[in-house]
Amino acid sequence: MEHGAFQSSLQRSRSGCDPPAPTTEDRSFFALRIGELADRLYGVALRFTRNGAAAEDLVSEAVVKAWAHLPQLEDRACFEKWIFRILANTFFSQCRHEREELLDADEDEDGFSLFDRLHQPFLLWWGNPEQELIHKLLCEDLDRALGELPDCYRAVVVSVDLLGHSYTEVAAMLGVPVGTVRSRLNRARSRLQRALWQQALAAGLVQGKSAEDNTHD
Amino acid sequence: MTEQERMHCDEVVASLLEYLDGEIDDARRALIDDHLAECRGCFSRAEFERALRDRMRSLASAPPPDSLRRRLKAIIDEF
Repeated sequence: MEHGAFQSSLQRSRSGCDPPAPTTEDRSFFALRIGELADRLYGVALRFTRNGAAAEDLVSEAVVKAWAHLPQLEDRACFEKWIFRILANTFFSQCRHEREELLDADEDEDGFSLFDRLHQPFLLWWGNPEQELIHKLLCEDLDRALGELPDCYRAVVVSVDLLGHSYTEVAAMLGVPVGTVRSRLNRARSRLQRALWQQALAAGLVQGKSAEDNTHD
Repeated sequence: MTEQERMHCDEVVASLLEYLDGEIDDARRALIDDHLAECRGCFSRAEFERALRDRMRSLASAPPPDSLRRRLKAIIDEF
């Protein structure tokens, strides 16, 4: 279901034109799909919130909302995308009182590129340092780099890179222009790659090319 | 394809992340596809960004604690 359709279904519910109550079949379907998606619901909630207890609260709230609106989901094949949109919307709503943190973004990120740091064209046929680094990165390295992002950047990276939402969908959920999502995503990815580079330097996975690299802690 | 239509490396690099996100129109996508088929440097860059994104996507899954599984079961049992 597209974001607009979700909004209109909410409006239908608020207007008193309630859909039919869920059936036993609905309950079985819902329980099965939640069981299948529990790992991903919790994983995404954990990346959004950075806190296990908050992630559990977020998943629980999203599941309750999803059940309440299940009769409005016309195409059950869309359940997965639909419930992850509910999860993201719930997180953004929870953050509304901290909206400044979600909307605020600095402007000084300079387009850091891991590829530019690692790529060595003359090694092309017998070595590939950039792909080697990707294979050496642990999930905890990626998680730490993602966790270091400010909330406003992490929200768009999780929404686009982990959930596969379009820029338009994220803009609608955050209530910002598409251009803001685009620029924030670019800065977020730059920061993420810079954090991974610094971690790789600290772990001795790569060697810095510049004095600045080698003095980073 | 004329030289004017052909994309240069700096243009491809500038649009690469949006290309990988599926956020560009078909005509521009086709131009980048053509460039990546011919330019080894940009192709390597695209492969790197794609592989990094695939690794990031692995973060979208984490085993839920038993407390959450119990909580979800209790919620669904009440429906």
